[in-house]
Amino acid sequence: MNAPFDWIALAEFALIGVFSGGLLALIALGFVLIYKGTGVINFAMGEFMMLGAYFFYTSHVMWKLPMWLSLALTLAAVAAVAALIERAILRPLAGQPVISILMATIGLASALHGVVDAVWGGNNYEMPPLLPRKAFTFGEILIPGQVVWSFILAALIITAFTLYFRYSRTGIAMRAAASDPMTAYVLGIDVRRTQRLTWMFAGVVGAVAGIVVGSMTSLSPALGGAALGVLAVIILGGLDSIAGAIVAGLIIGVIESLTAGYLGGKVRDIVPYVTVLLILLVKPYGLFGTRQIERL
Amino acid sequence: MRIRDFHQSYAHDEAIWQTPTSRLWLAALFIALLLFPFTANGYIVGLACVLGIHVIGAAGLNIMTGYTGLISLGHAAFMGVGCYTAAWLGQRGLPFYLTIPLGGLVAALLGLVVGIPSLRIKGLYLAVATLAMQFILVFVFREWESVTGGVRGVNVPNAELFGIELNNDFRMYYVIAFFAVLLLVGARNLFRTRIGRAFIAIRDKDISAEVLGINLFRYKLLAFAIGSFYAGVAGALLGYFYRAMTPEYFTLTLSIFYLAAVIVGGLGTMLGTILGAVFMTLVPELLRAVVSFIAQWAPRAVEVLSPMQEIVFGLLIVGFLVFEPHGLVEIWRRVRRFFHLWPFRA
Repeated sequence: MNAPFDWIALAEFALIGVFSGGLLALIALGFVLIYKGTGVINFAMGEFMMLGAYFFYTSHVMWKLPMWLSLALTLAAVAAVAALIERAILRPLAGQPVISILMATIGLASALHGVVDAVWGGNNYEMPPLLPRKAFTFGEILIPGQVVWSFILAALIITAFTLYFRYSRTGIAMRAAASDPMTAYVLGIDVRRTQRLTWMFAGVVGAVAGIVVGSMTSLSPALGGAALGVLAVIILGGLDSIAGAIVAGLIIGVIESLTAGYLGGKVRDIVPYVTVLLILLVKPYGLFGTRQIERL
Repeated sequence: MRIRDFHQSYAHDEAIWQTPTSRLWLAALFIALLLFPFTANGYIVGLACVLGIHVIGAAGLNIMTGYTGLISLGHAAFMGVGCYTAAWLGQRGLPFYLTIPLGGLVAALLGLVVGIPSLRIKGLYLAVATLAMQFILVFVFREWESVTGGVRGVNVPNAELFGIELNNDFRMYYVIAFFAVLLLVGARNLFRTRIGRAFIAIRDKDISAEVLGINLFRYKLLAFAIGSFYAGVAGALLGYFYRAMTPEYFTLTLSIFYLAAVIVGGLGTMLGTILGAVFMTLVPELLRAVVSFIAQWAPRAVEVLSPMQEIVFGLLIVGFLVFEPHGLVEIWRRVRRFFHLWPFRA
């Protein structure tokens, strides 16, 4: 019983958690983009990830296209699907109660999941590893290479998006449309275009995350459910804050990694959901979210 | 043309069945429900049993989501709670007419607990909270093996009434029909009381409702409890009907099935609940028939049956939200209005 506490293991779990949190933050970014743009949680986010991973698998492994080309094709295809969804489902529902739009994305998730299942079947596919596997060592601590590289990739993408929203003309227009569509519209911003772009960006972010997750584990329709676990991240971060998504991604990553390390993998599956419930009870608008003030 | 429908008292105005004709049809419906199993074959009776259970479950969700505006993605998990409670009590010798309501009660108690955050959070946040609850409860079903039997599932003893074993679909049909009629009439009447009207006020604008003197906390919790009670009863009946249950039955897919049923039927109407549940129960059966028909030429078709079901459910939800947001009930009303006003134009 008196075995010395293994600080190295704790540090290792924590570091793995921090690094895997990058990917969580990336998926959370997809949620936050759509929440800011259209005011709903997109329950079909996991299905975007799934589509991305399957498209990439098809073009890279089955058609044997070079990696950069299949990546470009995948991103273009998912962006096209996202734009189509925005046009066909979200635009007709504009102005409807939040519950309706929310349920539409749930229906969409179910339909996309079914399509993937019908086209590719329920089998597991092995994706080729995309990120270098060579482990990083920090003293005695060993971190799998894929985890570190996925963190770096996620950090790059999130930084790119942040810069884009801050400095580019379209990015500023998107922020304006997100914060007040009516005023933005009056000022001559094409709100429909920004909404479409929002969905396309979210689709692209989801696809990249899906490809990375798929290459680190394996490819099956279960991938679609992975994004639901990220709900913990966006709730903790506050639905409308990119900074919140990053911080919360890292926190949830550490929590997941620690529970997986000390309590076993089974418990890990529900950790995000227990966390969500606790956050909602204690701090419903998250760490950085805008507190909603309701008026009559 | 509709005639003799002139309301002269409040009681008449509030009555559910307002004309002699509708009361006549109601009586005919009850007789048809009673006699139906004698005329149908085993498959149809079994289908009717499932249908009755789905109607009860969908009614619970409609009370929560359709009438009170509290969206729930965890409805299936509450059915599971009812089912496991009934199974556990049934194995200890309690008769089914106690275990089924008790299953509902335990689900309702749990619903109260889950409903507590609903005062602070709503809309999206509540959807996420109930989704979390869905996953947590299924996890509990899988892991709490001493009660739920884990992934292997649990056996539910046969229901028995006056020494008769209710061990086939034909006999279970009457149990299910009894509960379905009782709970539906109860739900319909609920919305003629202060409680029901409070629910509707909360749905339409909760802050206004509070200003009008409705205790939000109490009524939101009550809505959760009632909705979960219905889910629990439906789950318990499901257990007695299938006699064995595994956690895999009560997953998110079933929750979405109920959500689809309520949306397709019509949020906030009991007729919509029935129409939606019937529709959503028959769609998979129809799909199965179509697929087995196609499978004569393309044997692979059977493999895509379950994904096809997901696609169709998803498209139905989206399609109804976009094109017919008031659901099947609105279509039914349009048809009825046409005949009421005929030969004049609606």
